[in-house]
Amino acid sequence: MQKSIKRWFPVFVLPTVIAFIISFLAPFAMGIYLSFTKFTTMTDAKFVGFSNYIKAFNDSGFVDALWFTVKFTIVSVITINVIAFLLAMLLTKGLRGTNGFRTIFFMPNLIGGIVLGYIWLMIINGVLSFAGLSITYDASYGFWGLVILMNWQLIGYMMIIYIAGIQNVSPDLLEAADIDGATSFQKLIKITIPQVMPSVTICTFLTLTNSFKLFDQNLALTAGAPGRQTQMLALDIYNTFYGRVGYQGVGQAKAVVFFIIVAAIALTQLYLTKRKEVES
Amino acid sequence: MNKITKFAAVFMALCVSASAMALAGCEQGGSSGTDDTSKLNSSSKVDTSGVKEIYYLNFKPEISDKYEEIAKQYEKETGIKVKVSTAASGEYEKTLSTQMANADTAPTIFQVNGPVGYENWKDYCADLSGTDFYANLSDKSLAIKSGDGVYGVPYAVEGYGIIYNNAIMDKYFKSSKKSTSYKDMSEINNFKKLKEVVEDMTKIKDELGIKGVFGSTSLKKGDDWRWQTHLMDLPLYYEFKDGDSSTITKCLDASELQFKYADNFKGIFDLYTDNSCTEKNQLGSKTVDESMSEFALGNVAMVQNGNWAWDPISKTKGNVVKEDDIKYLPIYTGVDGEESQGLCVGTENYLAINSKADPAKQQASIDFLEWLFSSDYGKKAVVNDLGFIAPFTTFSEKERPENPLAKEVLAWMEKDGVSSVEWTFQGIPSEHWKEDFGASLLEYVQGQKEWNKVVEDAKSSWKSEVSLKAE
Repeated sequence: MQKSIKRWFPVFVLPTVIAFIISFLAPFAMGIYLSFTKFTTMTDAKFVGFSNYIKAFNDSGFVDALWFTVKFTIVSVITINVIAFLLAMLLTKGLRGTNGFRTIFFMPNLIGGIVLGYIWLMIINGVLSFAGLSITYDASYGFWGLVILMNWQLIGYMMIIYIAGIQNVSPDLLEAADIDGATSFQKLIKITIPQVMPSVTICTFLTLTNSFKLFDQNLALTAGAPGRQTQMLALDIYNTFYGRVGYQGVGQAKAVVFFIIVAAIALTQLYLTKRKEVES
Repeated sequence: MNKITKFAAVFMALCVSASAMALAGCEQGGSSGTDDTSKLNSSSKVDTSGVKEIYYLNFKPEISDKYEEIAKQYEKETGIKVKVSTAASGEYEKTLSTQMANADTAPTIFQVNGPVGYENWKDYCADLSGTDFYANLSDKSLAIKSGDGVYGVPYAVEGYGIIYNNAIMDKYFKSSKKSTSYKDMSEINNFKKLKEVVEDMTKIKDELGIKGVFGSTSLKKGDDWRWQTHLMDLPLYYEFKDGDSSTITKCLDASELQFKYADNFKGIFDLYTDNSCTEKNQLGSKTVDESMSEFALGNVAMVQNGNWAWDPISKTKGNVVKEDDIKYLPIYTGVDGEESQGLCVGTENYLAINSKADPAKQQASIDFLEWLFSSDYGKKAVVNDLGFIAPFTTFSEKERPENPLAKEVLAWMEKDGVSSVEWTFQGIPSEHWKEDFGASLLEYVQGQKEWNKVVEDAKSSWKSEVSLKAE
C-alpha cells in the first residue's frame, strides 16, 4: 500500500500541480518578466532592463506610500491584536450572551471592503461635518479613518482565532497555578499567552499582510486624498498603471518590489513569533 | 500544525497576493501578425464576405442597450453580427488592455480619448485617411492625425460651459432687492458682469430660494475633472492661442507651462467656491452627481458642466428644472475680448480600428461605422437613441438631438461673432498632472496652500511629466 502510493503519487498530484502552475506560478513569472519590459498589452512587451525599477524608486509617490503603509501597518497590527485578544479574554469568561456577542463582533468581517469604505466615509464625514470639515481636510484624518475601519473589520475575525486558542489552554495548568497562589495577571503572562502563541502567530501574520496589502478600503475611504498623502502601496501601484502613458511596466516593477517586501516581512514575522511557541 | 504545511500555506497565500497583481493583464494569447502598414480604403475594398462578426468595445455605459438594438438591425441588413460590449464607467482603459492582449477577444472597433490616449494605443490604430468615415467628417481638424495618417475619428462633439436655470435668473432680474442694472442673461457677456450678478445673487439668496449660486465645486478625488481638466481648459486655450496651428497640438508639444492666465483661473474658481451652496471645507467630499442634483432640485442657479449632464439632471427625483429653462453661459474668466467667446466645444470620443485585426474584419468594421453615420436608420439612431451631436456632413439641419443642452451647444456654435473654445486640455501631459492639480486645488480651497504655490506646483509638475513622457 505505502509503496503504491509512492509510485502513483505524481499522477494524483498532477491536476493540482497543473492548476497551481497555470493560476499561480505562470502569472507570477510573467509578472516578473513584465516588470522588465515596456508594454501596453501582454503581447507587445519590449525588454527595457532595469529602467522600470529605477523609475519606480525615483517616483516620490512610491516612497511616500511605502512610509504611509508602514506607519499604518504598525498602528493597526498593534491595535487589532490587543483589542481582539482582550475581547477574546472577555468572551471566554462565560458571560451571558457570549455567543451573541461573538456573532456580532464577527459580522463586520463579512462585509466587503468597498462597501465598508463607503459606509465609514459617510459616518466619518457625518461626524466631521459638525466641525465643517471632511475627511480629505487633513491626511491624519484619513490615516485614523483607515485605522478605525481596519480595526472594525478585522477585530472580530482575530477574536475568533484567539478564542479558539484560549479555549485550548490546558485547565490543568491553570488549576495548578491557582493552587500555587498565582495572581490572574501572572496566569495571563506565564500560562495563557505562551499557550496561545500559535494563535498570535497566525493573527499577526493575517493582520500584517492584510494591512500591508490594503486596497479596497483605501480606495473607497480616501482614494489617497488629500493629494497622494493617504495613498497606500497597493493603490499607488494601481494608479501608476494608468496615470501616465507607458507606465504599465513601472507599475509592474512596483508590484514586484511590493511582493518582495510583503514576503520578507511576513517570513521574518513568522520566524520570530514561531520561536515563542511552546509545545503543550 | 505541521511545519511544512504551514509554510506551504503561507507561501501560497503570498503567491496569491502577487499573482493577483499580475493577473490584471494576464490573459495569454497568440500575437496577431498584421503590421501597421495596413491602410483602410473605401474605394478599393477588401472582400468582407468571410466576416461573420465584428466587435465594438463601447465607452459610454449609459447607451449600451441602444447599441444592442442598432447591432440587431445591422445584422438583419447585412448578416454581419456586431458584438457590442461596454466597459464599466471609468474602466475603459483597463478593459481595453486586457482584451487587446488576446487576438480572439480583441475589439475591432475601439475608442481612444484623444492625442494622449492615442500615444498609448498607436500600435493598434489603423490609418483611416482613405475611408469615407473620415471623408464625411465636417471639420477635418478634429481627427487625430500623425504624419499623413488619420488614426482616430471623432463621432460625437460635446460642449460645456456654465449651465444656468433661467427660472431662477428671471426671479433675480425681477427682484426689487437686486442692486445691479442688468435685466437679462444676454447682457452678461464677460467675467466682470458675471461676478457682479453672482455676488449680488448671493446677498439675496434667501429671497431667491436658493442655497447658493453655484453647485458644489466637487473636489472629491475622481470627481474633480470639472476643475482640473475642464476649467483648466480656458487658461490653456488662451496661453496657446497665438499662431495658426491648433491649440491642442501646441499644448501637447509644450515642454513648459507658463500659466499666464493663472489669475483668471483663480478669479472664476474663487467665484465658484465663494458663492457655492457648500462650505469650502466640505468640498473635498462632494461628487459631480451631488452637484447635478443640487441644480436639478433648484437649490442652486448655476453649475459648470456639459451637455452630457442633461441625463442626470432630468432623471433626478424631484427635478424642478424645465427643459426650456436650462441654458448655457460661456465660462468667462476676465480675458480681454471674451465677449466673443463661446462654449468649450470639442470631443474626447475618437473611434479607432484595430490594425492588428484581420484586414477583412477591419474593413467590415469601417463599413459598419459608415452605415451607422450615413444610412437613414443609422443616423436616426445616432440622433434619437445615442443622442450625439455627430460631426459629419451626412447629417442635415433637421437631424439633431432632442437633448436641450445639446441643442444649446449647437445654438452657441452657430451664433454669429462667437467662436468656440477648443478642448486644449487634451494636450495635458498626463493623468498624473491632472490628479496633482486637482489635489492642489483642494488644498487651496481648504486654506492649506497659497495660490502662488498652486501655480508653481502646476508648472513644475508639468515640466516633470513632460520629461517623463519624453523618455
